[in-house]
Amino acid sequence: MTLIVTDLAIARGGVPVLEGLGFALEPGQALVVRGPNGIGKTTLLRTIAGLQPPLAGQIAGAEDRIAYAGHSDGIKPTLTVTENLNFWAAVFGARGILGALDAYDLHELADRHAGNLSAGQKRRLGLARLLVTGRPIWVLDEPTVSLDKEAVGKFADAVRAHLGQGGSALIATHIDLGLEAATLDVGPFRAVPKPVDDFDGDFL
Amino acid sequence: MIALLFRDLKLAMRAGGGFGLGLVFFLIVTTLVPFAVGPQSDLLASIAPGVLWLGALLACLLSLDRLLALDWEDGTLDLLATAPLPLEAVVSVKALAHWITTGLPLVLAAPVFGVLLNLPGPGFFWLVVSLAVGTPALSVVGTFGAALTVGLKRGGLLLSLLVLPLYVPTLIFGAEVARRGAQGMETGTPLLMLGGITLATIALLPFASAAVLRVNLR
Repeated sequence: MTLIVTDLAIARGGVPVLEGLGFALEPGQALVVRGPNGIGKTTLLRTIAGLQPPLAGQIAGAEDRIAYAGHSDGIKPTLTVTENLNFWAAVFGARGILGALDAYDLHELADRHAGNLSAGQKRRLGLARLLVTGRPIWVLDEPTVSLDKEAVGKFADAVRAHLGQGGSALIATHIDLGLEAATLDVGPFRAVPKPVDDFDGDFL
Repeated sequence: MIALLFRDLKLAMRAGGGFGLGLVFFLIVTTLVPFAVGPQSDLLASIAPGVLWLGALLACLLSLDRLLALDWEDGTLDLLATAPLPLEAVVSVKALAHWITTGLPLVLAAPVFGVLLNLPGPGFFWLVVSLAVGTPALSVVGTFGAALTVGLKRGGLLLSLLVLPLYVPTLIFGAEVARRGAQGMETGTPLLMLGGITLATIALLPFASAAVLRVNLR
């Protein structure tokens, strides 16, 4: 099923940041979201993931189909890598975590406490979580932060494999992942600042 | 849901999880009271049910600020909110895990602490019964408070201020059951009130907790 976003307007902290945004994401496609800092990429992804309501517009085909990965990985430092992954696999009702360990080369770290991992290793664990969700649409916010070159390659491979299985991905990133992906520049959709409200305006 | 419960219990047992903290706090409070009151065993026996209930309530409060705050800080709450579990189930399971790690040990250890306070013989049974019926409400109400303050820096104090007044009905009827039991009086009415409060909070508050959590996650 296609994710269709039409005429979306979103706000962060009560201030509208993007408006009139629309796109369609077909199965097997990846879409890279680009734009300067503070334009509202994270807010856009959180809105599509259902974590906050849009100001206006519709999001169709997102319900219960999205695996979201934000800036923090949701990793418990006192659980091992295996325990962390097993938990998410159980929550999403997925089969086994071996594939996820394979994809990000986590076998050696499997019995380590996640609190002892480096930032990049934690990120790999966070991304491996996506593989155990079994959700078709990945919504990823800066997924490559603190990853080394090799791990970025593994991530790109995982995304390609996901697309190959009919999944889709919406990725906000500043680097080139080497994916055959369309680009969505959200810059032109910046919300026009509203004129100061009349009542207050009289006093300003 | 089971996975979330087991994960929370596991986290509580691991280093820094805070399991047993409430219990030790309860022990210290009940040990300090006889020192403060002095060698008056009659007075001690008559205030024992109230002191034990107050101690249990404060011990419950101690671990509430970690209940959702830790999951919020490391992003787990965002991920749980997008998972197939409804948030109502998430907060209910979290409250249950809190009760198992905090409330249940208090219930089981209360008779031992009753000895420290010279609780009269018939009171032990009723103390355990009243705590067993009342402490689930403390966990559920506490989860609501934790959901309200999640995301606030140093929200722990605010959480206490919000939650303690909400504990008043449970405290009144819980301590009343224990007091009447200790004096050999009939306990039916306050026990039913206590049970009613607990059932009502379990039935209603998870929806309120999930609603405020959704707002706080925005």
